[in-house]
Amino acid sequence: MTTELFVQLCYLSASILFILGLRGLGDAQTARRGILLAEIGMALAIIGTLLRHEIITYQWILVGSVIGAAIGTWISLSIPMTMMPERIAFSHAFGGLAVSLVGISEYWHAQQEGLTLNTLQITATGFEVVLGALTFTGSLMAFGKLQGFTPGRPMTFPGQNAFNFGLIAATLGLVGYLIAFPHAVFVFYAACALALVIGVSLVLPIGGADMPVVICLLNSYAGLAASATGFALKNNVLIICGALDGGSGFILGMMMSKAMNRSFANVLFGAFGATPEGPQKQLTSTGPAPNEATVEDAADVLRAARSLIVVPGYGMAVSQAQHAVRDLAAVLKLNGCEVKYAIHPVAGRMPGHMNVLLAEANVPYDQLFDLEQINDEFSATDVALVVGANDVVNPAARTDQSSPIFGMPILNADAARTCIVLKRSLNPGFAGIENGLFVKPNTMMVLGDAKKTISAFTHTLKETA
Amino acid sequence: MTELMESVVFGLYVFTLAAFVGYQVIGRVPHLLHTPLMAATNAISGISLVGSMVAAGGHRGTVATVLGTIAVAAASLNVVGGFVITDRMLRMFKKETKK
Repeated sequence: MTTELFVQLCYLSASILFILGLRGLGDAQTARRGILLAEIGMALAIIGTLLRHEIITYQWILVGSVIGAAIGTWISLSIPMTMMPERIAFSHAFGGLAVSLVGISEYWHAQQEGLTLNTLQITATGFEVVLGALTFTGSLMAFGKLQGFTPGRPMTFPGQNAFNFGLIAATLGLVGYLIAFPHAVFVFYAACALALVIGVSLVLPIGGADMPVVICLLNSYAGLAASATGFALKNNVLIICGALDGGSGFILGMMMSKAMNRSFANVLFGAFGATPEGPQKQLTSTGPAPNEATVEDAADVLRAARSLIVVPGYGMAVSQAQHAVRDLAAVLKLNGCEVKYAIHPVAGRMPGHMNVLLAEANVPYDQLFDLEQINDEFSATDVALVVGANDVVNPAARTDQSSPIFGMPILNADAARTCIVLKRSLNPGFAGIENGLFVKPNTMMVLGDAKKTISAFTHTLKETA
Repeated sequence: MTELMESVVFGLYVFTLAAFVGYQVIGRVPHLLHTPLMAATNAISGISLVGSMVAAGGHRGTVATVLGTIAVAAASLNVVGGFVITDRMLRMFKKETKK
C-alpha cells in the first residue's frame, strides 16, 4: 500500500514538473531550466514505475533502455540542425511504435490468460494501437518525404479522398466490432494493419511545404495515442502527458494553418500544389522580365544600405546558408548597417525551423522578429534580403483574389526600398504560382546557390571596404 | 454508477483538465521556440516508457517481453534523445552580448 502511494506521488510530481517545464518554454531565458524540471519529472516517473509490483524482472528493461538511450543520445548529438524536421518526424515514428507495441502486448497478454478486457480497456487499447500504428507509418512517410527518399511533391490518384475516408471508416468499424466482441483476435490485428496503411495514405498527398502542419498533426496523434494508453492502463500520468502532447501538436498545427490562411481540412485533403490549374504561365513570356542582377550590383546596394531585413526561407536550410548570412550581417554591421531578421511562421519545414538555424549560426534571438512585429518596418528599410523564400513574400497573397494563396499573411518585403531576392532558379515556388515580387522594378534577382551568393557578397564588401 | 463508468469519467476529467492546462501553457510559447517545444513534447510523450516497462518486465510470456523490450528501446530513445536535442537547441539561443 505504501509503495503504491509512493508510486502515485511520483506520477503526480512528474505531471506537475512536466507542466512547469513546458511553461518554462514560454521564454528563452527560462527554457533550459524548464527542460531540467521536465527531466526530473521523467526520472521520477521512471523510478516510480520501477517500484511497481507488476515489474518482476529488470534485465529486459535495462537492455531496451540502454539501447534506446545510446541511439537517442548519439542521434541527438550528431544530427545537423538543418535536419531537425527529419529528426522530429523520426521520433514521432518511434513514439507511435512504442505505444502500439504496448497495446498489442497488453491485448496479447489478455488473450493468452483468457482475460476479458472490459469495455473501457478494449476501447482504449483499440484507439491506442490504431493511433500508434498510423503515427508510426505516417511519420516514416513524412521522414521519407523530408529526406527525399520518397518524392516530396503530393502524390495523388483519382478518388483518393474517398479511398482514405473509406479506410478510416473501415478501421473505426473494426474497432467498434472489437468493442462488442473483445476476443475477436483477427479483427484486432486487421485494425492494426489498416491503421498502418492509413498512415501512409494520409501523408502521400501532402506536399513538402505543408509538412509543418503534418508534423504537428502527427505530434498530436502520438500524444492522443499515449493518452489512450493511459485510459487502458488506468494511468493518469500517461493521460496527462498525452493530453499535453496532443494539445501542443494541435495548437501548433492550427497556428501553421492559420499562417497559410487555410483550414486543416484543406491542408490534409487539398493536395495543395499538386496540379497547378491550366498551363503554367511563364513569367518571362507574359509579363515584364525579372530584373536579374550581378553579385557586384547587389553588393553595391548592400554597401549603401543603412538598414536591412533578412527574410529566410526553406532555401536557406537547403543550401545551409545560415552561417554565411551571419558573416554577411557582421560585415554590414561594421559598415554601419542595422540588420534584423523577419521570420514567417511557415518558413521552412517545421514550426520554428528558421529560428533554430539562425540560433545555430549564433544570430542573437533578439534580432529575430515575427511577422506581426516587423511587417510595418519594411517600408522604412533600405534593403530586404530574401534568402530562399518565395510564397511567404508573394504580393499576390494581398492583391490577387484568384491566387491560391490569396489571404495568406505575407512579409512585406516588396515595401523595402530595394528587395534583393536570392533564388536557385526562376522556377515557381511550392505553390506553383508566379511571384509578382520578382518582376517589380525595385527587385534585384540574384540567381544561384544562396550560400555561395551570400559568401560572394561578403567577399566583395570586404575587398572594397 | 458502476466502477467502470467511474474510471471512465475520472479519466475524462484528468484528460480534459490536462488538455486545458496544455492549451494555456503552450499558447504562450513564442514562435522562436516552437522547434524546441516540439522536441520537448516528443521527449515527454516518451512517458509511454511507463507502459513499455511493465510489458517488458512483467513476466507475461515471450511475445510480451519481446514487444515490451522493443517498446522500451523506442520510448527511451525518445526520452533521452528528445531531452538531449532540446537542450542542445536551447543552448544556442543567445541574446546579443554587449561589447
